[in-house]
Amino acid sequence: MKETVRKSVLAVGPFHPLQEEMEFFQLTIDGEKVTDIDVRLSYNHRGIEKISESLQFDQVPFLVSRVCGICSASHPLAYVQAVEELAGVKPPERALYVRTIINELERIHSHLLWVGLAGHFIGYDTVFMWAWKYREPVLDLLEEISGNRNQYGNVRVGGCRENVPNETIPKILKELDKIEKKTEMLTKAVLDDPVLHARLKGVGILKKEDAIKYAVTGPTARGSGVAIDVRRDDPYAAYGELDWNVISQPEGDVFAKAVVRLLETFESIKIVRQALKKLPEGPITTEVKQIPPGEGIGHVEAPRGETFHYVRSDGGNRPVRHKIRAPSYVNVPSFKASCIGQDIADVTITLAAVDPCYSCTERLATVDRHGSITHDGEALLQLSREKTQRIKKDIGATELKLEDF
Amino acid sequence: MNHQELNNRLSEIKNKLISIEQKSDKRIFLLCEAENSYAVNKFLFEDVKARFCIVTGIDSDDCFELLYHYSYDQTGCVITIKAFIRDRKNPAIESITPFLPAAEWIEREIHDILGIDFRNHPNMRRLILSDDWPDGVYPLRKDVSPNEAKELKK
Repeated sequence: MKETVRKSVLAVGPFHPLQEEMEFFQLTIDGEKVTDIDVRLSYNHRGIEKISESLQFDQVPFLVSRVCGICSASHPLAYVQAVEELAGVKPPERALYVRTIINELERIHSHLLWVGLAGHFIGYDTVFMWAWKYREPVLDLLEEISGNRNQYGNVRVGGCRENVPNETIPKILKELDKIEKKTEMLTKAVLDDPVLHARLKGVGILKKEDAIKYAVTGPTARGSGVAIDVRRDDPYAAYGELDWNVISQPEGDVFAKAVVRLLETFESIKIVRQALKKLPEGPITTEVKQIPPGEGIGHVEAPRGETFHYVRSDGGNRPVRHKIRAPSYVNVPSFKASCIGQDIADVTITLAAVDPCYSCTERLATVDRHGSITHDGEALLQLSREKTQRIKKDIGATELKLEDF
Repeated sequence: MNHQELNNRLSEIKNKLISIEQKSDKRIFLLCEAENSYAVNKFLFEDVKARFCIVTGIDSDDCFELLYHYSYDQTGCVITIKAFIRDRKNPAIESITPFLPAAEWIEREIHDILGIDFRNHPNMRRLILSDDWPDGVYPLRKDVSPNEAKELKK
C-alpha cells in the first residue's frame, strides 16, 4: 500500500472586522507543531501611493494619516520630513517640539493598546480592561491639543497646524503623572506575574540573526537585541535635544517584546514631560511657497517601528512618486522565523507580539484535508486561553482580582 | 564606523557604480546600472552591514529606476542604491531575495505594479494584485491614470 502524507493546513484570516489591515496566514501543521507559514495580504489595497501622485503637496498629509489609524501622527511626519528635506525648509523650533509631544503621546496610547490586546488573546481580560482604561486619558490629551482623538492632521510642510497652548501645559503634566502611576502599577502586575512568565517566556523567539535578515524594526527588533531607534540614530523633531534611553532586550521572545513596550512607555512619558518644560516660544509654521525638483527621504520611529517615506518632485505642485513603507511590512514576514516549530496555541500571541495592525485572529479556522471546518476562531482562542489556565493551575497561582490593586 | 570610514568603505565598490552622490552626511546615493545592482546590494548588506529598508520603483520617462534604501544605523545614514533599468520593453533585474529575505515582498509588489521581472526570485507569485487582475496592466506605470486604475479595480 502506498503511504500517503497527510498535511494539515490551518487558515488564519483573511478578514478582521475591527482592523483596517486584512491578512491571511496559512499554517502547515504537524500535530500541534507549526511546520510552515505562508502569508497573503492586500485584501484591502487602497493604492495610496498612486492617489498621492494626484494630490497637491499640502493635501498629502491628510491622505497618509489615513494609512493607519493608530500611527496617524507618524506617517504624515515622515512625509513632511521628506518634503522639507527636498525643499530645504527648516520648521520653527516650537513646531519641532509640538511634533515630538504628539508623536510620543501616540506611542503611549499605542503601546497600552497592544498590552491590552495581548492580555486579551491569552485570556487575561483584566489586563485588557486596565490597559484600555489607562489609555483613554492619553486620547483625551491628544484631543485637547489637536482637536481629535485620532487622525490629528496636525503636521504640514514647514511646521504644524495646531499649537500646544501654554495654559494647557500644567494640565497635561498633571495627567501624565496619573498615567505614569497607573502604567507603573500595570507594568509591575504584568512583569511580576509567574503565569505570564511561564506563558510568554521562550515563546515565538525571533533570533538576532533572523531579525537582521528580515530587517525588522521597532520593538520587534529591540526585543531581539537589535538596539536600533530612528529617534536616536537619525534624530528628527526635538529628540536630539532631549534625554531618554533606547530600551532593548536580548531574548527575542514574546515576553521580551512586552517588556520593551512597557518600559518604552515610561521613556515616552519622560520625553513628553521634558518637551513640555523646554517648549520654546515662537511661531509654529513657516511659509513654504514652492517645492523645487528633487528627492527627499523621511523616516520616523512609529510605535511599531520605522516608517519610511520617499518623495520625488519635478517642480510641479504634486509629487511624481511617493513611496510609503509601514513598519509591519518588514515585521510581518519575520513570522516565518518565529512561528515555525511553535505550538498552535502559541501562534495567536506570537503573531500578536509583532503588533501588526492586528487582524484575522478572530477568524481562525482549522481546515482538514477535505476542506471541512473543524475549529473556528473561538475554539482556537479557547486553546490559547486554556493553556494559560493550565499553567496557572500547575503553578498554583491565584486569580488576580481588581480589588488587590 | 564614522562618516569618513563609511565613505571610504563605499568607495571600495566604485568600479561597479556610475557615481556617488553625497547630498548630506545622512543621505548618500549610489548610482549604478541594473546589471551591477546585485553586487552592490550584496556588498552593502553583507560587507557594510547596512539595514535594508525598502525598494522604491519609479517609472521615469526613458527607463525604470529601482531605489534600494538602506539605513546605516551606527551613523543614521540612509544609503540609497539607484539602479537604472534601460530596457523598457522587457524590464528585468536580478533578485536580491536569495541573500536578503526581507526583500521578498517588495520585489513581488514591484513585479505586480510596475511589471519588472526579478530573475531568480524564489516565489514570484502575485502579492498585492488580486487573482483576476488582467495580465500586462501595471497600475503604477505613468500611462495608467489613477481613475483608470480605479475602474479596473471594479
